[in-house]
Amino acid sequence: MSVLKEKELRVIGFLCNWCSYGGADTAGVGRFAQPTDLRIVRVPCSGRINPLFVLKALLGGADGVLVSGCHPRDCHYAEGNFYARRRLEVLKGFLPVLGIDPRRFEYTWVSASEGQRWQHVVTTFTANIHALGPASFSPEARELQILNAAAR
Amino acid sequence: MRIGVFICHCGSNIAGTVDCASVASVASTYPDVAYATDIMYACAEPGQDAIIAAIKEHRLTGVVVASCTPRMHEPTFRKTVERAGLNRYMFEMANIREHVSWIGKDMEANTNKASELVRMAVSKLRLNRELKPKSFPVTKRLLVVGGGVAGIQAALDAADAGLEVLMVEKQPTIGGKMAKLDKTFPTVDCSSCILGPRMVDVAQHPNITLYAYSEVESISGYVGNFDVKIRKKAAYVDWSKCTGCGLCTEKCPSKKSYDRFNEGVGPTTAIIIPFPQAIPKKASIEREYCRQFNTGKCGVCAKVCPTGAINYEMQDEFIDAKVGGIVAATGYDLMDWTVYQEYGGGRYPDVVTSLQYERMLSASGPTGGHIKRPSDGEEPKDVVFIQCVGSRDVSIGRPYCSGFCCMYTAKQAILTKDHIPDSHSYVFYMDIRSPGKGYDEFTRRVQEEYQARYIRGRVSMVYPKGKKLIVRGADTLMGTQVEVEADLVVLAVGAEAAKGAPHLAEKLRISYDSYGFFMEGHPKLRPVETNTAGVFLAGACQGLKDIPSSVAQGSAAAAKALALLSRDMLDSDPQIAAVNVNRCVGCRKCIEVCPFKAIQEIDLRGQPKAEVIETVCQGCGLCNATCPQGAIQLSHFTDNQLLAEVEALCRF
Repeated sequence: MSVLKEKELRVIGFLCNWCSYGGADTAGVGRFAQPTDLRIVRVPCSGRINPLFVLKALLGGADGVLVSGCHPRDCHYAEGNFYARRRLEVLKGFLPVLGIDPRRFEYTWVSASEGQRWQHVVTTFTANIHALGPASFSPEARELQILNAAAR
Repeated sequence: MRIGVFICHCGSNIAGTVDCASVASVASTYPDVAYATDIMYACAEPGQDAIIAAIKEHRLTGVVVASCTPRMHEPTFRKTVERAGLNRYMFEMANIREHVSWIGKDMEANTNKASELVRMAVSKLRLNRELKPKSFPVTKRLLVVGGGVAGIQAALDAADAGLEVLMVEKQPTIGGKMAKLDKTFPTVDCSSCILGPRMVDVAQHPNITLYAYSEVESISGYVGNFDVKIRKKAAYVDWSKCTGCGLCTEKCPSKKSYDRFNEGVGPTTAIIIPFPQAIPKKASIEREYCRQFNTGKCGVCAKVCPTGAINYEMQDEFIDAKVGGIVAATGYDLMDWTVYQEYGGGRYPDVVTSLQYERMLSASGPTGGHIKRPSDGEEPKDVVFIQCVGSRDVSIGRPYCSGFCCMYTAKQAILTKDHIPDSHSYVFYMDIRSPGKGYDEFTRRVQEEYQARYIRGRVSMVYPKGKKLIVRGADTLMGTQVEVEADLVVLAVGAEAAKGAPHLAEKLRISYDSYGFFMEGHPKLRPVETNTAGVFLAGACQGLKDIPSSVAQGSAAAAKALALLSRDMLDSDPQIAAVNVNRCVGCRKCIEVCPFKAIQEIDLRGQPKAEVIETVCQGCGLCNATCPQGAIQLSHFTDNQLLAEVEALCRF
């Protein structure tokens, strides 16, 4: 059992260690209540995220994927989030081509001090995913899913 | 692989909303998990000992601890597993406190989520490899950015310990805000008398090189080996020739320049030495006010200078330096209080800021230490102090307390009485915040001994009436409205991060909060470190603080920098990129994206290949996501490791 039936959907987050993961920690320390759906994968930098990770997550059964990094110009590695922004923006435009609802993927910037902002981001994104409901797949996406499963 | 899983209760912090025992029993069913248990406090000594014992007893080859954030205790537990003979990277953490137990109260959902996070950690750990650090030499030189009292303290402490120090100060003189103060609380001792000698020490210290009127242009490199470019702004005076005699400032015909040091209380000349105790005591020309620059005709200073130091052709100079560590001590600035229309929004000359008032009180200030109304030069008899102008005010987006205004206002009320014995001081305040050694006694003294009238309430408006200013406000203790006829109104203007602080933060690659204050590594346990190794914080740039705290933090930053730079070699983090030469096609994409120039092209039997310079790589993984071949992988965060985490979530 990965998510609680009827209660949760599968939401995966990719967060950079220095800003957004810290922001999520700050939210926790401040006891800012959040939905329980989100599971966070920690990466050093949003620039580390290969758009394929997002795609694999969505094809693998995630109902939503959230990526968060440092605010532009505030990257711990100077420019990683600029690369992330370009890649993820392209990915967002590309998702409909693959038959995936682009609303299931979002990227944002949250700094380590912005606990409250993180709470807002998680709450809003989770609510959006719940509004969309569990992921359903178009025939194109189905094909990709089979390929993805075969590649495992 | 034999994995041990430890679910920490963290007292009731986790166990309060997560069923730790059932997480442990679920975890014991995960692949390769040989042992799983829950534990009261994993980080405490008995907890760590229990982990070590379990590693030995169950012959574990990898450990997962589910507890707080890895940003807190990952180093702790890495040392623990290392003590048990494992490689420190054969360890993973699941964050079930900040990301689970503290953000929701639903026991069922939390327990399930915690189990999932442990599953992710186990899945990743199964692909972990032993990693070994490399060591690299350290540049034993410290850069201090900012020459206020915090920066001075950091520089002197580090220099006294034998470290070479470069100090960069934006203004033509060091001393910062403290140099502008007349006296300091709660002792009322003379500010320049205690700071002055320290400034001289900086100038004369054999280990300190001072770059005044300079700014940090760019910073590259990494802990132990930063490359800094310093811009030495053109002062239009050759400081190697200038003796600081001040003849030029006497003769300069442009006498209406804005006096930055004196906060605009009275004008100054276009060529200036900020104040008599300035360090370095050198003249500089403010170009925007200089007749030579504006009309092309003047040259008076060049004519009178006995050493021929004036040089109108001077250009900004750039200095390259290599340093091992950096202390940021950029201080604060006052916010723009003119947003407050109720205090006149800057229309009334007799409404001044506390820092302007400080310059009026100072014997070296433009009024020679006589309090004079800016409008007519008369001595004020009734002085009204308004607290919290831009502090604790959500309506203008400044919810924080500036911290030192209550105290300096009390001091200024005392000084007012000292300067003008028949004067009356009124202080409109919200709360008196005086939690320091001897502070509360001080604020009592000003009321009892100096008869300052403290009125608890806000001021609703200030308006002129004849030569006077009417200050109308509430007295919330009496439940009445009060009106005071004032000769002078002094605003305790809230402080904010120094202008340009976010810009410097971006160069240093450190974080800052929404008010521009730099983020410390941990609010309690790492107050002077940042999350960027080798960069430390001192003084108000980290959060507003008074002089004693700034000095203490300056010393603390120096101690941290010394601990770092006392070593000859540093261990590099092995979580860096590695190239699989069999897959690399030599496309150079990784070389192009690397922000640290940590990848170079090599020739391998006639084939171009990428090679990572291990001590330069900072482990961001940008190259990993860029490589079309998947040939370059970030150790400890490889594609397979991250996808294993994703799969752990998707498959089940």
